[in-house]
Amino acid sequence: MAILVIAEHNNSALNSATLNTVAAASAIGGDIHLLVAGAGCAAVAEAAAKIAGVSKVLLADDAAYAHQLPENIAPLVAGLAKAYGHVLAPATTNGKNYLPCVAALLDVDQISEIIAVLAADTFKRPIYAGNAIATVRSSAAIKVISVRTTAFDPVAAEGGSAAVEAVAAQGAAGKTTFISEEIAKSDRPDLGSARIVVSGGRGMLSSENFQLLYALADKLGAAVGASRAAVDAGFVPNDLQVGQTGKIVAPDLYIAVGISGAIQHLAGMKDSKVIVAINKDPDAPIFQVADYGLVADLFEAVPELDKAV
Amino acid sequence: MKVLVAVKRVVDYNVKVRVKADNSGVDLANVKMSMNPFCEIAVEEAVRLKEKGVVTEVVVVSIGPSAAQEQLRTALALGGDRAILVETEAELGSLAVAKLLKAVVDQEQPQLVILGKQAIDSDNNQTGQMLAALTGFTQGTFISKVEVAGDSLNITREIDGGLQSLALKLPAILTTDLRLNEPRYASLPNIMKAKKKPLDVLTPEALGVSVASSLELLKVEAPEERKPGIKVASVAELVEKLKNEAKVI
Repeated sequence: MAILVIAEHNNSALNSATLNTVAAASAIGGDIHLLVAGAGCAAVAEAAAKIAGVSKVLLADDAAYAHQLPENIAPLVAGLAKAYGHVLAPATTNGKNYLPCVAALLDVDQISEIIAVLAADTFKRPIYAGNAIATVRSSAAIKVISVRTTAFDPVAAEGGSAAVEAVAAQGAAGKTTFISEEIAKSDRPDLGSARIVVSGGRGMLSSENFQLLYALADKLGAAVGASRAAVDAGFVPNDLQVGQTGKIVAPDLYIAVGISGAIQHLAGMKDSKVIVAINKDPDAPIFQVADYGLVADLFEAVPELDKAV
Repeated sequence: MKVLVAVKRVVDYNVKVRVKADNSGVDLANVKMSMNPFCEIAVEEAVRLKEKGVVTEVVVVSIGPSAAQEQLRTALALGGDRAILVETEAELGSLAVAKLLKAVVDQEQPQLVILGKQAIDSDNNQTGQMLAALTGFTQGTFISKVEVAGDSLNITREIDGGLQSLALKLPAILTTDLRLNEPRYASLPNIMKAKKKPLDVLTPEALGVSVASSLELLKVEAPEERKPGIKVASVAELVEKLKNEAKVI
């Protein structure tokens, strides 16, 4: 049976999380079809058709799908899903929002945030904030799966030449009204897919002091993240939070500055390839996962690091 | 308006869990159990809505073992009016939990159901969304703000790129994110009062819900340990290591 992957996009561009999700589908094996549901999203479907390994793109272009409201997306996906053995979506806030609705409409269990495919019906997924890894086998006729994107290397965005096929919209439920979106605009790389991430914690002490990290990040071509403590203290907005319930990142280099290393934070970054911790407390738990630990006052170390790189 | 709040008994968020030697699960013997942190936020929000006068009754429900009565009593001490335990010793998946909650919703007819966005044990992040799909109620996940406006809700959701605002027609299902509120602590008099509040015990059988799952847990392992790192003495040494040893900058 073929695999249906739901594309992540903003109606004008494809989100790279889609490429990681297609990679997970490739690991399962079988024909891969990609659903692009949105409004005025033909350009996304064109980009989707070029993804390596995708054999067909389904395009549902309708105002009902403009904001990815689950009340409209879920019935569409559930209707299409009956022709497939697997339905995969990235475990972004968007995927997490509609995918369980799809599973419930199909009356099947969902497998959340898989990090490995052992067989077409057997997967690994983290539980307890990544402090344990469960292996689960599904006997469901349609396996509904969200994919932790950092666990799968993206497939090539170019090289494929899939046909684009329009699918009929299923109408709008009309019970939820979109009002507005405040999307942070940044010239820095996306936190979820950046090669280097510089993160600050409570030790940054203020919103202004985060400028030190922004400066360092710009020098390194890095994204900026934060611990929950820094977000709760109002130093930075919520979309920078790295952790069990924030963003999961796994960059080549993660620099944790003034972060103590609570379990919840470690869950979001401990799969990074190289971890650097800068903290004045030599007993901070972050040093237990750091490849390179520097016990120092961050207000001296960060400007010095900024000059040295 | 009546609000139903679902709470889950989970391992306390400060506990670092250990995997059992036989890989059958994590060791929960003699481990501190608490209300899931996101569920505390859900209870707090319901109680605040009652204090504002827009909610008349807060019903808390948990699905789990008999011991989950502790968490229900905590929710009552925080301001819940009465509690329902759907008692089962089985480890249930999110779909089964959502079906049981649907049965409770059918009985109780709340206008609003508030749940935590995920439980910190299974980390599924599914139940609220599944309940919305099963009930046909509107859905607002990962919310950081909610206001009742007549027969609808104005909510703000935390999404990957920032924030999203939606208006939801009631009845609605909400799931809480961390910044919705800061839960209060239960006072001793309220803990005493909570002991006298009604707590009904139901069973999945009585609700006529099958809790069978298509998922089988084959094993649970500890994650791969990171290799121990080193301490560097200076920024210069750090930069040298990153350039020449790790080769990441």
